[in-house]
Amino acid sequence: MPTLVSHPDEVKIVSRRFGQGAADIEKYIELDGYKAVQLAISQGAEMSNWIINTMKASGLRGRGGAGFPTGMKWSFVPKVSEKPKYVLVNGDESEPGTCKDHVIFLHDPHSVIEGTMIAGLAIGSKLGFIYLRGEYRYLLKQVEKAVADAYAKGFLGKNIFGSGIDFDIITQTGAGAYEVGEESALMESLEGKRGVPRIKPPFPAVVGLYGGPTVINNAETIANAPHILLMGGEAYAKLGTERNGGTRLFGISGHVERPGVYELPMGYSLRKAIYEVAGGIKDGKKLKAVVPGGSSCPVLTADEIDVGLDFDQMGKAGTMLGSGGIVVLDETVSIVEFAMRVISFYQHESCGWCIPCREGTDWIKKTLTRVYNGGGSKKDVDNVQYLAENMMGRTFCPLGDAAAMPTLGFVKKFRKEFEDYIEGHKAGTPLITVEQLVGAGH
Amino acid sequence: MSTVTNTIFSPELAARFDHLVTIYPVKRSALVPMLLYAQDEIGYVSDAAVSEIAVRIGINDLEVRNVLSYYSMLRTKPAGKYNVQVCTNISCMLRGGYGILDHCKKTLGIGHKETTADGTFSLEEVECIGACCWAPAMQVNYDFHDGLTPEKVDVVLQQYRDGQGKDVK
Amino acid sequence: MADVTLIVDGKQITAPAGTLLIEACKSAGIEIPAFCYYPGLSLQAACRMCVVRIEKQPKLATACTTTIAEGMVVQTETPEIAQARKATLQLLLGNHPLDCPVCDAGGECELQDMTFKYGAAESFYAEPKNHREEQKWSPVVYFDRPRCILCYRCVRMCGEGMDVFALGIQNRGSSAVIAPNVPAQLSPDDLAHVDCEQCGMCIDACPVGALTSGTYRYKTRPWEMNHVATVCTHCGDGCKTTLGVRSTSDGSEIVRGDNRDKSGINNDFLCNKGRYAFDFANHEDRITQPLVRQANGELKPVSWEIALDHVGKKLRELRDTRGGKSIGVIGGNRLTNEEAYLLQKFARTVLHTNNIDHHRTADYVAFAQSLAGHGERTASLHDTLKAPAVLIVGGDPTVQSPATAWNLRTNVRLNRAKLYIANAAEIKLRRQAKAFLQLAPFGYNALAAYLAGDEAAALSATSDTAALSSFRDAVKAEENLLILIGSELRGAELKKLIDFGLTIPGAKFALLSDYVNSRGAADMGLLPDMLPGYTPVGATSPMATEYAGPNALGLDMLEMFDSADRGNLSALYVVGANPVARYSIDPATLKNTFVVVQEMFLTETAALADVVLPAANLYEKAGSVTNSYGDLQQVSKAGDRAGVRTDFEMIVRVADKIGANMQSLVPFGKGLRADMGQTRGVQSGEADRHAVWLTANNMEPRLSPFDSFAILDEIQRLVPGYNILRLQLLSGNDQHLSPAATPLVQISNRRDLVVPANDTLFTSGTLGRYSTMLCDLQQNEILRASNLTQIQTAAD
Repeated sequence: MPTLVSHPDEVKIVSRRFGQGAADIEKYIELDGYKAVQLAISQGAEMSNWIINTMKASGLRGRGGAGFPTGMKWSFVPKVSEKPKYVLVNGDESEPGTCKDHVIFLHDPHSVIEGTMIAGLAIGSKLGFIYLRGEYRYLLKQVEKAVADAYAKGFLGKNIFGSGIDFDIITQTGAGAYEVGEESALMESLEGKRGVPRIKPPFPAVVGLYGGPTVINNAETIANAPHILLMGGEAYAKLGTERNGGTRLFGISGHVERPGVYELPMGYSLRKAIYEVAGGIKDGKKLKAVVPGGSSCPVLTADEIDVGLDFDQMGKAGTMLGSGGIVVLDETVSIVEFAMRVISFYQHESCGWCIPCREGTDWIKKTLTRVYNGGGSKKDVDNVQYLAENMMGRTFCPLGDAAAMPTLGFVKKFRKEFEDYIEGHKAGTPLITVEQLVGAGH
Repeated sequence: MSTVTNTIFSPELAARFDHLVTIYPVKRSALVPMLLYAQDEIGYVSDAAVSEIAVRIGINDLEVRNVLSYYSMLRTKPAGKYNVQVCTNISCMLRGGYGILDHCKKTLGIGHKETTADGTFSLEEVECIGACCWAPAMQVNYDFHDGLTPEKVDVVLQQYRDGQGKDVK
Repeated sequence: MADVTLIVDGKQITAPAGTLLIEACKSAGIEIPAFCYYPGLSLQAACRMCVVRIEKQPKLATACTTTIAEGMVVQTETPEIAQARKATLQLLLGNHPLDCPVCDAGGECELQDMTFKYGAAESFYAEPKNHREEQKWSPVVYFDRPRCILCYRCVRMCGEGMDVFALGIQNRGSSAVIAPNVPAQLSPDDLAHVDCEQCGMCIDACPVGALTSGTYRYKTRPWEMNHVATVCTHCGDGCKTTLGVRSTSDGSEIVRGDNRDKSGINNDFLCNKGRYAFDFANHEDRITQPLVRQANGELKPVSWEIALDHVGKKLRELRDTRGGKSIGVIGGNRLTNEEAYLLQKFARTVLHTNNIDHHRTADYVAFAQSLAGHGERTASLHDTLKAPAVLIVGGDPTVQSPATAWNLRTNVRLNRAKLYIANAAEIKLRRQAKAFLQLAPFGYNALAAYLAGDEAAALSATSDTAALSSFRDAVKAEENLLILIGSELRGAELKKLIDFGLTIPGAKFALLSDYVNSRGAADMGLLPDMLPGYTPVGATSPMATEYAGPNALGLDMLEMFDSADRGNLSALYVVGANPVARYSIDPATLKNTFVVVQEMFLTETAALADVVLPAANLYEKAGSVTNSYGDLQQVSKAGDRAGVRTDFEMIVRVADKIGANMQSLVPFGKGLRADMGQTRGVQSGEADRHAVWLTANNMEPRLSPFDSFAILDEIQRLVPGYNILRLQLLSGNDQHLSPAATPLVQISNRRDLVVPANDTLFTSGTLGRYSTMLCDLQQNEILRASNLTQIQTAAD
């Protein structure tokens, strides 16, 4: 069972019920549960506008990684639609370094349900889906139970909270595919197909699940909605920085003393997150690099961590806030090995639909594996950079970029380490032995 | 009573499938869960399971295979009763994930995607399972085990050997 | 739709709103490369070759998924774009085998062409390529996995285009692979196979050599063949097929059939027969020498001179002694129009008999008579692709006329055409139908009666009379309805259906038949009661005047054999037909008849002949054919075989040996053109009319009696409805012709002689038996079916 951590700098909004047994519906209700949805319903005819305006005012941006303003996303859904509209919760958390939704589903599943209802009320949908990655079976059980409890209480189903509105929720499991975290691929998967992304436009807000207008949000984004309605959009926005409202969950992992999922205000210092919140580098070692928002984000070197954790500041620093999964590397890590492991993952997870991603990840992986095994030449570093540069922006969906960006970060920022490695000066302590290069990502 | 005569699944699962195809706006949405639940019961997705699921959804076998082969958790060959899945992705790797994998290999005497002779365990190196902050981690079937050390792994595996491990389905 | 103007590469172009950028550019002559894009199939945007730069867009955009917009500014060839395409090619070539020198697609490969253009020759990779063994998915479809670039064209072609869904995509990432629907573990030979219609469209769509044809693979190189576009001999759709021909020691051999430039009446489509079933031409049983039956009863090879002398002498003697009425003539459904016309003219004017018939696979006489005066109501094959609504009564186009079925599916898919089907069988096209009416067995006549207003016929038409009534109402509410009629409807019932259809505004009709020139055979008058153009025998007509043939109706097919049985048929002249097998004639019937057969093989009919003249097939001759719809197309000579002659040439030579006036049979030479035929006698006057017509039409006379164009000229001059546009014909295009029959009251009094061919996708009459590939496919089908039974039995 994942251990809960805590730090005085945390501002607990979405995590405020963690560790209090809120998976139990009675406890959830006791902790202000299902109040937000009732507050929304009490707005009467203005309900939809009120929700969307509150969400816009909160400055909440998508917690899945792309950081799209949630209120705006909801406002894109046409008010009138011939086809049914849907709310889709993306709990296909798969970005390496990311385990925040894991904790939400475990400690506060009802917040996701309530958030889904709020999104449904906002866009005029009668059916929501909560999609969890297949590996999260025990969490799916938890969510299924929470949904059943909500139905038993009459919170879901016909005429919710006397509003005259019906709302249903279906829970769904994936079966192992990172690509399904991409919103249109998730819709394909939910429609019982291969998890391959769709051509955009049309965007999901217009043509989404089953061809109907669809709002699709990350689980954490959705779980924030009830809190925002209760505390007010402005109050939430104020917790963060300009255009980056509120707080978010950061999963700090790797070589830190106190790894864990912490809720910090947007814009919080990355340095402080590592050295204070997470207790600094494990075993008193020195920091070498940080992958700041899940494995697809370009790496930051030890002297690049004086940056605030929000979408804009991270962008300026040449990387991304991503999914909030901060992976810390100490001085013993070989970047060659690490880069190889990262690309191996994307090679394994590429859906294969488009040529640049399918072939590009494969060749980068093959080349870096050979370099790692001692068979590289300096030309290989150029080749890897060339391959990654030619994948950037050219693939069907963002997975190609997710593979190319970190690769470019590694070979550009640590080029000398690659060249030294090729010449036989291997920095770092190997974590993977050659015999081990046969498994999942290999 | 199952809607499919001569179902290959248990009455409970057949009944569950009967229900599952009715809850979505489109029958086919039940496909991925059905494949996974079929695997949970049979141990893998057999050809017979493919055919029955195709009938239940109303698509052809080929389409089922197209989908089946896409998802990494689905398999078409049997695995051990307990499938040990060790994460070696970055967060786990940094905290000794490969050491855990190695330890499992030695202890169980099997490699990646292999099964012990008695069929109790199979081993798999897997990509990130979403337990990064509690690394290194592994799943045995659907049950998570985190903060692992070789010693802890031994304890966990022994629990399963003794039939006392959790078996989430 | 309104037009949209945009700027591409500095050039202003205009296209209808809603057009895809890649298509708008193509129309303007700007080629944007693409592997995955295929017009009419769903969009993929997977290959990323069609990337272009659109002003104000942050990334390169795919032209195949971008809809044009007013004022859009596009660049299609900049260094940035060239680099993107080059990089994509480099990635593909990393694993794509460079076996181009032996690959079937070499020289016709889109990957090769793109590599040539963008110069992605350099390789970065030290790793070996992934090698996999090729797989034989069927006798005609082979898969070479390493060559596959995963463009998914084959998958979509098979699913969306063919409605077969035999191909899928399995695994993911760099392990993704195209997979057939019979996986290895479920196959008795532990190899993966396709269970499908074997059309080969997947091969056609493949931009590289990943899918190759069983008939062609490793045979030759594209540049070592001559490519001759002609018309497929197998069904009534008359698809254009391009035959690849290679010289051999005894002629030129056809080594490949394909839809090379997709410029024909069939557009993108070609079925398995058009693609593979040309191989009868190379069959070892082919007759290449004339055979004459000897006193000992054996057929013995003789010289052409001896054989023709013998035939000419015998026919003249029998005509002169026993009269033309004692001679029968049977023509074929795979002859050219010119041959069919010449054959009936030869029968009527040289042999002096109207005993002429052919194997009828649809009642075109009743069709023409029912539509007399409504020429604009006959449909072209093109209409199947455009009509907003289509009613199909009878037939099974998927099997009998695959191009028709392809067009209908495409029309439904792309234009949302409404398909109404009434059939006694659950034909496959019902899957595209808006309404499918299950008729009772033999319920077609009752349906026609019901539609014509006889409410009492409802119960004989179908058990579901409610469905019948709503079906009729729905059909009646349509406009511009295309009505396709199967061979089940004949005579008076056919007329009833057409009369019903004529009440629907803008309705058009087509009657589906079974072979390439079944329609032409009827149009050209291979009938005992009709001269060409459905001109009744005995009626006054320019043709009758010129022919001066017998006025009495001739014997039809069955009457001829009855007559033979009674010993009254002195001679039977069969050209490209196998009536003995088709009508199950007792060989003894013909024991007292002098039988001449022009054939490729010793068929059941040829085996009974006194003289067998080795014939060329449709792929070895030039001329024209008319498909089921009345679309005329040119046939070109592709193959050649030493020792055989065309039916046209043989008829001319036999007529010559009989002593006929050659100029009046085949109008060649100058004739007497100056005096407008006013001062000449009967004989010269006939020649003159032709000469006058030639002059009036600005045409030169033909110089040889073996020039089939001489007959084409006469067809154009004399046959009602055959107003041929020469340029259209000669440029290889099709043109629609309408019959212009005189209405006859007593349609129902004609004897019903229609015998459907009942061919499957893998048979083609007698000819099909000599196609090794069709036989292999039949065998394949039988094996597959038996395996399926076994598997099902095991599962029970």
